[in-house]
Amino acid sequence: MIEIKHIHKKFGKIEVLSDVNLSCKKGECIALIGPNGCGKTTLIKSILGMVLPDKGLIEFNGKTVLKEYLYRENIGYMPQIGRYPDNMTIGQIIEMIKRIRNSREALDEDLLHAFEIEKMYDKKMRTLSGGTTQKISAVLAFLFNPDVLILDEPTAGLDPLASEILKEKIIKEKEKGKLIFITSHLLSELDDLITEIIFMQDGKVHFHKKIEELQTETGEEKISKAIAQILKKKKDEQNH
Amino acid sequence: MKNFCYIACLFFAFQMMVAHTIHVGNPYPLKNIRKAIAQSKDGDTIIVHKGLYREGNIVINKKIVFWGQGYPVLDARKKGEVLSIKADSVVVKGFKIINSGFAALDDPCGIKVYNRSFVRILNNKLDNNFFGIYLQNCNNCEVKGNIIISHGTEEQLIGNGIHCWKSNNLQIIANTISGHRDGIYFEFVANSVIWRNISTKNIRYGLHFMFSNDDSYITNLFKNNGAGVAVMFSKSVKMINNTFEENWGDSAYGLLLKEIADGYIFNNKFIKNTSGIYMEGTSRMKVEKNDFISNGWGMKIQASCMENEILNNNFLKNTFDISTNGSLVLNTFNSNYWDKYEGYDLNKDGVGDVPYHPLSLFAVLTEKNTSTMLLYRSFMITLLDKSEKVLPSITPDNFVDKTPLMKSLPL
Amino acid sequence: MNRIIKIILLDILKNKIVLAYTLILAVLSWSSFALEDNSAKGILTVLNVILFTVPLVSILFSTIYLYNSSEFIELLLSQPIKRKKIWLSLFFGLSLAMVLAFFIGAGIPLLVNSPDSVGVMMLIVGCLISIVFVALAFLSSIMTRDKAKGIGIAIMTWLYFALLFDGIVLFLLFQFSDYPIENAMVGITALSPIDLARIQILLHLDVSAMMGYTGAIFKDFFGTTVGLTVSFLLLCLWVAVPFFISLRKFNRKDL
Repeated sequence: MIEIKHIHKKFGKIEVLSDVNLSCKKGECIALIGPNGCGKTTLIKSILGMVLPDKGLIEFNGKTVLKEYLYRENIGYMPQIGRYPDNMTIGQIIEMIKRIRNSREALDEDLLHAFEIEKMYDKKMRTLSGGTTQKISAVLAFLFNPDVLILDEPTAGLDPLASEILKEKIIKEKEKGKLIFITSHLLSELDDLITEIIFMQDGKVHFHKKIEELQTETGEEKISKAIAQILKKKKDEQNH
Repeated sequence: MKNFCYIACLFFAFQMMVAHTIHVGNPYPLKNIRKAIAQSKDGDTIIVHKGLYREGNIVINKKIVFWGQGYPVLDARKKGEVLSIKADSVVVKGFKIINSGFAALDDPCGIKVYNRSFVRILNNKLDNNFFGIYLQNCNNCEVKGNIIISHGTEEQLIGNGIHCWKSNNLQIIANTISGHRDGIYFEFVANSVIWRNISTKNIRYGLHFMFSNDDSYITNLFKNNGAGVAVMFSKSVKMINNTFEENWGDSAYGLLLKEIADGYIFNNKFIKNTSGIYMEGTSRMKVEKNDFISNGWGMKIQASCMENEILNNNFLKNTFDISTNGSLVLNTFNSNYWDKYEGYDLNKDGVGDVPYHPLSLFAVLTEKNTSTMLLYRSFMITLLDKSEKVLPSITPDNFVDKTPLMKSLPL
Repeated sequence: MNRIIKIILLDILKNKIVLAYTLILAVLSWSSFALEDNSAKGILTVLNVILFTVPLVSILFSTIYLYNSSEFIELLLSQPIKRKKIWLSLFFGLSLAMVLAFFIGAGIPLLVNSPDSVGVMMLIVGCLISIVFVALAFLSSIMTRDKAKGIGIAIMTWLYFALLFDGIVLFLLFQFSDYPIENAMVGITALSPIDLARIQILLHLDVSAMMGYTGAIFKDFFGTTVGLTVSFLLLCLWVAVPFFISLRKFNRKDL
């Protein structure tokens, strides 16, 4: 569904992405993990067309996304830090996005109800806490029933209850056969969600493996431990 | 004494008995004007009826009344003069006089008066003549109510509407002149009056004085001429209640004063001229109670002018009120209204408490370098002008109206 | 596109600064027309507004608005909308708001008090100047990510066109006063939208002076239909060029 081929990106002199290759298919739930500043968000933004790669190709359903925009109808994006126009109320934002999308398909308002957003429709965006803003971002990402969901640190600012609601929703969508991208630092959170893992470091993809593979290779049940083991192994190799 | 009265009565009776009226043109048998003049005697009246008369040059050499009814047309077919008057006390009235010759050498005219007195030229229409009416060395003549039109395009190829040379005591009244070189031209003419004329669209000047002293022109309209009025090398000319309007162009002026003295300019209106008044070598003039409205330059006073007094005028909506080319100021400005004045009047006597410097820095700049006009009204120029008003450095500081009025004069 | 313009326009019109701008323009224009018995002072006030206030407010407000709506732009970008469309919508929204503010604030008193060629010309030119400086704001805000720097660039741009450019022209005029530079000067005015606007108004306002010697050269060029068309085309170019440069940059920008 999404093919990423030989992507390079520099911000000034810093190389943020170097020769990234990825291939993602329907029904997969991919965790994109790595240390801070490894290029996760840049990669996501490249897929969304917000960052334009210096070199390489990104294909969505077999078509390049460069200078295209309609493919974004099939993507729901939840940013790491949602930034919204200060002066608008929640209701206005949701209303505006609905009007812009102008979608005729049925809306997925599960999260809207689950988070009880309707009660806060008249609140201005600038008055909201980080968590509530995250909820809005999540609602917007799921609202139009997209085929692909890109969630950048989805649970970072959420309280445990909301976090759980969101997780359930993600699982539900995964079962519908959607492609889901998640970035997160909290590996423990991902255990019951993901089917594949991509580990990035210094702008490069370290590995891209299925969970089962990872588990059999390392013999660990927990993903976090499995990864830690791999990292240790790598370090040892480098030291030699 | 009694005898004398009888003789006088008898004389008049005799005169009336011999004075005839001769009719020319339909339905009368006589069709030829020249023949009618030949038949006439002094004191006769020749009435010319409606029709077209192509008799070339017609010479009036007797003291007659030459009266057109229904505007009979005298057409010279572009050859020579149309009507020549070579007798005193002739009255020419109600003709349409067209197509004089256009030779430049002998100045052919619609009507020319040769060295005569008491001639009256009334209510004629002149069209397409080289010169319109030409008074040469005449005294006590009257030119009244004529409409003089021509269609000149170049200064050298057309004569003046009313041309007066070396004459005295003329009255030029209520004529309408357009399309000539100068509407009215005075050279060596004295003690004459020009009153209620309308002079428009002439190529050079609406009215032009050369070496003519002690004349007045009153209540005339000069509009859309090359320049409104030029008064040159003359003394004691009075200019009262005239309107100078829309005399536009490079070196176009409402009123051009050159080498003149002792005149009086009173109660005129200068509207939308490139320069309202341009003064050069002018002295002892009094400019009083005039309106200067929407001109490019209200007055351009060259440094060669002296002892002129500019008093009680209104300066409204002019781009520049005053400009000059030097720093020497020998003229006085008193009690004028300047719409650009921004002073105050604490004692409410109608006179501003702060003297007004009518010469703006920018007017000086444009005088030095005309291209600066490009920057007019730009923010920087406004700023410079304001600072100059506060601290005069370039503009002469004796160029000042010490008693500027707070309200415009009702003129 | 219309939906986004509508959203942006409504957002701007709710902004208190635009309302204040409109109000100040209106108070300034009406009072200066009412103070004097002739309309000359009022027209001069509006002229100064066009040459000074309108450019400043247009460029400054637009620049700040663009920086403040970076979140909004980001939000839109994750939606299925062309980048070009977002940028164009912002441009139309801002231009429309600025033109509307100018029209209501200064245009109406102008048309009421001076319903002649001067008034109409000033109205058109004022609207065009508003749009030109909105376009310049787009350029200055795309130059740098730093809001403070961007506002600095905007102010410098305004200062340059409102003040410095004329200073340079004055300097040139006196430096080269011995040469026949009038025609070259006509060309140089094309380099500043404010000067183009000013000369067009000058030709109507100070027509008598403009018929004089040097004025005649400008009159011969700018006063003719060809000159009028050319200077309006130039003003339009002053809108199009900065905006399209900014659009190109925006299309390549990483957010």
